[in-house]
Amino acid sequence: MDIIVLIKQVPDLAEELEINSEGTDLDREYLTVVMNEFCEQALEEAVLLKEAAGGTVTAVTMDGEEAENILFTAAAKGADNLVKVTGDFEDSALDSHALSAIYAEVLAGRSYDVIMTGVQAVDDLDGQLGPLLASRLNLPHVSVVAGVTPDDEGLVVTQEFGGGLTAELAVKTPCVLGVQAAKQSPRYAPVSKVRAMKQEKTIEDAEAPAVETPRLKVRAMRTPESSSHAEMLTGSTDDVAEKVVALLRERGLVKA
Amino acid sequence: MGDVYVIVEQRDGAVAPVTLELLGKAAEIAPSLGGQAVAVLLGGSGIASSASQLAGAARAIVIAEDRLASYTPEAYKAALGEVLAGREPRLIMVGNTTQGMDLAAGLSISLNLPLVAYSTGLVVEGSDVVATSRVYGGKIDAEVVLDSPGIVSVQAGSFPPATGSASPEVEEVKSPSALDNLSTTFKALHEPAGGDVDITAQEVLVSVGRGIQSADNLEVMQELADALGGALSASRPITDNGWLPKTRQVGKSGLNVKPKLYLCAGISGAPEHLEGMRDAELIIAINTDENAPIFDVAHYGVTADLFDIIPAITERLK
Repeated sequence: MDIIVLIKQVPDLAEELEINSEGTDLDREYLTVVMNEFCEQALEEAVLLKEAAGGTVTAVTMDGEEAENILFTAAAKGADNLVKVTGDFEDSALDSHALSAIYAEVLAGRSYDVIMTGVQAVDDLDGQLGPLLASRLNLPHVSVVAGVTPDDEGLVVTQEFGGGLTAELAVKTPCVLGVQAAKQSPRYAPVSKVRAMKQEKTIEDAEAPAVETPRLKVRAMRTPESSSHAEMLTGSTDDVAEKVVALLRERGLVKA
Repeated sequence: MGDVYVIVEQRDGAVAPVTLELLGKAAEIAPSLGGQAVAVLLGGSGIASSASQLAGAARAIVIAEDRLASYTPEAYKAALGEVLAGREPRLIMVGNTTQGMDLAAGLSISLNLPLVAYSTGLVVEGSDVVATSRVYGGKIDAEVVLDSPGIVSVQAGSFPPATGSASPEVEEVKSPSALDNLSTTFKALHEPAGGDVDITAQEVLVSVGRGIQSADNLEVMQELADALGGALSASRPITDNGWLPKTRQVGKSGLNVKPKLYLCAGISGAPEHLEGMRDAELIIAINTDENAPIFDVAHYGVTADLFDIIPAITERLK
């Protein structure tokens, strides 16, 4: 089973997000990026599938400041091959339509059984990468995947719905899966192992084709105006704890 | 022209609440676009009878076909693509649900229409449709102008549901040829495992998110839940990591809860989570980030490290 994992890099939400002077996009000058959390799940599920069925895992990401670190970390977690997609796009954020068009061409000459990626990302305003790419490649696709097992004809995929309801689907390969959660928490890669991978593995550069996809007309981006905001309880830890307990007593929520 | 299509979500013939929310909005905006609200209903051979649940829809396009009786992303996408090609809706609305995520992006490519995902607001300005979407984990709202036909996927709970009589004019469409030779087969549906605490029946929920950092730390929250006679619930990362069972998950891919008290810590408040708990009677949120979106729905907030404040509260309750 040869598995390709597409790893998205997204703005780090732990940092303050700034809006550009036009008010239409994030200010990307000092933006720090991290690996999309769902892509970490996709990578884990890919490595688990390889461990169950044999084969290879190829981790692919777009060029950028964090690209090499992300790829060597993926190697430390079990990825066999590492691919960085290079091109003239670093200063502008690629939307999902453009990204899926680039990946469709980059992957065209490669052989694979499954493409996995994160089910969604915090910045995919124009839709999720997985189903967009699947449509361009004319492959079957499943979103919100929470587990994949190999079977005679392909894969058995668990798809999650609201309320804890899940469906089991048999999907023939090749296919594209948007992973929500791996069967186990993503494994940890110690720094020493990541460093060893930098010596051991080489990253293959793949040239991104020039793509022209229509972009959404974003008129404005802003911090949400909320109709209400919590009343903040302030003071020392003890003061705040007292206030919380007083509130709970007031509402009859304390038993004794 | 000018019609607003709503892709219906149903299971065993029962139409999902999110569909009625979309139909309510579609019925509201379609007249100003010079069209009607049109429901697109896919399902097994008896599905046409579910059209009687589609309040708000002036018309219903129905594809009743045994191979659509159980949902699979591939069959539904293929059938929709074939049925929608050649029609010219001004707007196609889908719920931002599992099914919506499967279908919206695929339709965007096959019908060559722009897609705006995660919408929470939708207005008509002149001939434009303007969608507001909540992105970056709820930290940013983006306003997107659709000056030509397009698709929006809408967060559940964004609009009030359509009400009133449901008697759309039904158009039955014959079975799409696209359903031959598919690669995806439905095998089984699994209800959530029982036997655990039913968090939807609890009066007090102490809820925990990513801020707890490790499974071992859950004890801090469990002690508070015990002191309050409540149960422990969680946001998605906690159940994805297997630290708590899936039955404890609040939010979009989990459960909707309305307890008397929802006391949460280490949950920033992504839209998917807020969807499941915003109607709780009293919400107290604890987070280290004073700008966390959870504070927009909480009644009371505390900017603090949960490992300081939670034990201090627990101690006072013992």
